[in-house]
Amino acid sequence: MAILVDRNTRLCTSGITGREGTFHTLRNRDYGTQVVAGVTPGKGGQDVDGIPVFNTFHEAVAEQGANTAMIFVPPRFAADSILEAEDAGIELVIAITEGIPAHDELRVYNILRKNGRARLIGPNCPGILSPGKANVGIIPAAFFREGNVGVVSRSGTLTYQIGNELAQSGFGNSSIVGIGGDPVPGSDFIDVIALFERDPETELIVMCGEIGGDAEERAAEYIAAHVSKPVVAYIAGFTAPPGKTMGHAGAIVSGSKGTAAAKAQALEARGVKVGRTPTQVAELAMATLGAAST
Amino acid sequence: MDLLEYQGKQLFARHGVPVPAGQPARTVQEAVAAAEQIGYPCAVKAQVQIGGRGKLGGIRIARDAAEARAHAEAILGMDIRGLTVYELWIEGASEIAAEYYASVVFDRSAKAPLVMLSTKGGMDIEQVADESPEAIARLHVDPLLGFQDFHGRRLAYEAGVDDDVVRPVGAMLAKLYEAFVAEEATLVEVNPLIITPDRQVKALDAKVTLDGNALYRHPDNAQLRDRSAEDPQEQMAKERGLTYVKLDGNIGILGNGAGLVMSTLDVVKGAGGEPANFLDAGGGSKAEAIAQAVEVILSNQSVEAVLFNIFGGITRCDEVARGLIEAFEQIKPTVPFVVRLDGTNDVEGRELLAQAALPNVYTESTMDAAAARVVELAAGS
Repeated sequence: MAILVDRNTRLCTSGITGREGTFHTLRNRDYGTQVVAGVTPGKGGQDVDGIPVFNTFHEAVAEQGANTAMIFVPPRFAADSILEAEDAGIELVIAITEGIPAHDELRVYNILRKNGRARLIGPNCPGILSPGKANVGIIPAAFFREGNVGVVSRSGTLTYQIGNELAQSGFGNSSIVGIGGDPVPGSDFIDVIALFERDPETELIVMCGEIGGDAEERAAEYIAAHVSKPVVAYIAGFTAPPGKTMGHAGAIVSGSKGTAAAKAQALEARGVKVGRTPTQVAELAMATLGAAST
Repeated sequence: MDLLEYQGKQLFARHGVPVPAGQPARTVQEAVAAAEQIGYPCAVKAQVQIGGRGKLGGIRIARDAAEARAHAEAILGMDIRGLTVYELWIEGASEIAAEYYASVVFDRSAKAPLVMLSTKGGMDIEQVADESPEAIARLHVDPLLGFQDFHGRRLAYEAGVDDDVVRPVGAMLAKLYEAFVAEEATLVEVNPLIITPDRQVKALDAKVTLDGNALYRHPDNAQLRDRSAEDPQEQMAKERGLTYVKLDGNIGILGNGAGLVMSTLDVVKGAGGEPANFLDAGGGSKAEAIAQAVEVILSNQSVEAVLFNIFGGITRCDEVARGLIEAFEQIKPTVPFVVRLDGTNDVEGRELLAQAALPNVYTESTMDAAAARVVELAAGS
């Protein structure tokens, strides 16, 4: 088992004919992901290295049975593309696109929530990797192998850093989910942690948070009430100054809110161990599961 | 993007939010001319994004042209908590019967706009929130429904505004909400929202934050500038498409990915060092971008050592190494560099660096060791 993406994933990439869209879609296919279609309005009937391109998501679903969408179109087209995928009946939409206007994200989030048909991961995220099964997005799969640690993170490269530390300690991963660094992520820590809790393969959950917002604090509450599996956390930005956006649109300490210290405290108060460095996260994982238990 | 008060008020005026008549001024002459046109008494207000500028002498009332001139001379060029005043806003002085607070905030956790109203205006709202949270009426608005008249009435009654201004205050909230949505703001705040003795409702201050990602839909807003808040290094980085934040220390930092860079700052600080900046070179950086990033980092004179922390995913470590070698050819840095390369093409990257044998460049294989090394080098230089 794994969560969200696996051998049953039938992927359709929006923006497949763009440079990045083509590159990463083919990489995902090389990894073993079932890529069944692409969508680029105006380029229906073409193909990208054998992958059929359609004008609409509706055609991709009807003709190829696509059930998962990856969004690679530029920010100004992304909200529309996500809504089109959902309207066509796609159940899981993974939005890689960075720089989508916040009000677009707000509108998309609320429409998807109201309709209750599709789950959105991202935007501004590296995607989802279930080692040995499927890779949807830009996560460099070579660093990861199958195992029992589920990772959920707001940051891409930090995930690779922590994943690598875990790998060097002998751990593999059930799934690695990047939820993205934007102010309105389609799915939060809580949504993904709930899936890991139900996934029999996952024995330890690692969550990588960062400054800004209160998603980590809310996750802490949720973990205390609903999660039986051990959780180890990491928070980036202990030394970030208030009022400055640290790279991610969502990473900002405003006033006394959103600090790393407050997040770590909230998690530790509810029994979640928080590593102060990525190396410490691997050490905590080892202490929890025993060395190289996979 | 944070707007200055006058930019916010001009934006408000476009959406029918009542504001006092005023004009911006960049010179003493412009200020006096504006005052003469507006009439006396008028307020001469420093345009810097900082709370409490009134107490620091940045807002003064002029009763005639001589006073307007004296105030403009005093305030222009003034330093207010580290920010230089380059612009003034001259507006007709308002008489105040009551001071309220109103705002629309992009509430990330609720995934909805949050509208707030309080009769305790004119003071620090965070303090009000801490000391008497019940004094602030709050309401989340379903973004698919939008702000309705009943929302305005509910907030006004709940906040306990004077009965005779329930309707105008509600109407102002509706217009603030309209401005928030139409201009794609993440914050619209009025403190104080005043009631004049003749019972008019006006926004006496304006704090507006716009979403930088949406500026392509608002070309006029994209032109707005705040010279006082522009740091030369941050400006230089922006022009090159790099994400750079200047900090107070002496260790320059470059990494790829916002989370990893934040983590690097923490690890350096944990090792006893003080970072001089946050710099995210982004995903897939090419050699040229890396060379430009080095230039930005070194343009800060406080930098005494530099740490490269790269975990290559899309970014290829050999490109980063090439960029560093290019930077050394162009600018010949005099400070030591510590380079940690891991991930995609890391072996090739380290080989390139070894062959180039750059002076004063040290490689480390882990983030922790690299941080310890750079702290040591910064202390020694």
